[in-house]
Amino acid sequence: MSLDVATPHAGVAGGHPPTTTGLSHEKIGMWAFLGSECLLFGGLISTYLLYRGQSRPGTITPPDVFDIPFTSVSSFVLLMSSLTMVLALAAIQRNDQHRLRVWLLTTALLGATFVGGQAYEFTVFVREGLNLRTNLFGSSFYVLTGFHGVHVTLGVLMLLSLFGLAVRGRITTAQAETVELVGLYWHFVDIVWILIFTLVYLIP
Amino acid sequence: MSTETMPTDDVHATEEHGHDHPSDWQYVKVAIVLALITGAEVAMSYMELGGLLVPGLIVLSIIKFAIVVMWFMHLRFDNRLFRRLFVMGIMLAMFVYCAVLLAFNLPR
Repeated sequence: MSLDVATPHAGVAGGHPPTTTGLSHEKIGMWAFLGSECLLFGGLISTYLLYRGQSRPGTITPPDVFDIPFTSVSSFVLLMSSLTMVLALAAIQRNDQHRLRVWLLTTALLGATFVGGQAYEFTVFVREGLNLRTNLFGSSFYVLTGFHGVHVTLGVLMLLSLFGLAVRGRITTAQAETVELVGLYWHFVDIVWILIFTLVYLIP
Repeated sequence: MSTETMPTDDVHATEEHGHDHPSDWQYVKVAIVLALITGAEVAMSYMELGGLLVPGLIVLSIIKFAIVVMWFMHLRFDNRLFRRLFVMGIMLAMFVYCAVLLAFNLPR
């Protein structure tokens, strides 16, 4: 992702030089990456679903530990962070620097709140006796949600980096694509959580 | 920092490829729809819906997935190549799931 502030020259969106597809290589790369991430999370979700109900009898099961109201609030927080992310992109596309900073910081804070909620949830589960080695439910659950949590954390770090650059005036309309690329990643972690919340928490 | 944080009603300027993007208020409306669907999912999980619960929850989550991808990720406004790349990943993921499901459930 280039953050050059050089004057955009003729080419595709964002001032890139002409490409064979007429599209930004960075954007194609991000979508291809997200496609590969679908495979990663598809495998993890598949594993969880296949191991569902296969744990040793007498060990901890999902109804023993899940707090649906708490996780629902977490899900809502992450959903709203997708809104603030797209508002940040809309702001920089019309060169509204102030709103860009506001929405970027809000998105990062909402993401951090979600990760904090997940971390708190993990500590509660561990205290109740569910850890990575307890049973198939424990291992598949922690690996799936842990990988997602790491992705969200990395997303928060990217957002804070963008915010820092925005505060220093390093992000202008010419760099809107950079914000868009981070936004695509952020929305992806949100849609993965949409699936995890339904398949892991809500479906009995 | 200004205290005014409400989204504006301005419609986006067209991007270089000529597509109009939704306004801030349209994004807010989409978010409200997503929140309502999430609420409906949670409410359904507490109801005695029997055999309708699982298909209902899956359908609602697919709708939310599609809304975020189409609107927030701009896939409905962008070049078809991006859609193909993403859908290819989803198709491969579903193929992997089906393959593993069959492998684990084949009768001996």
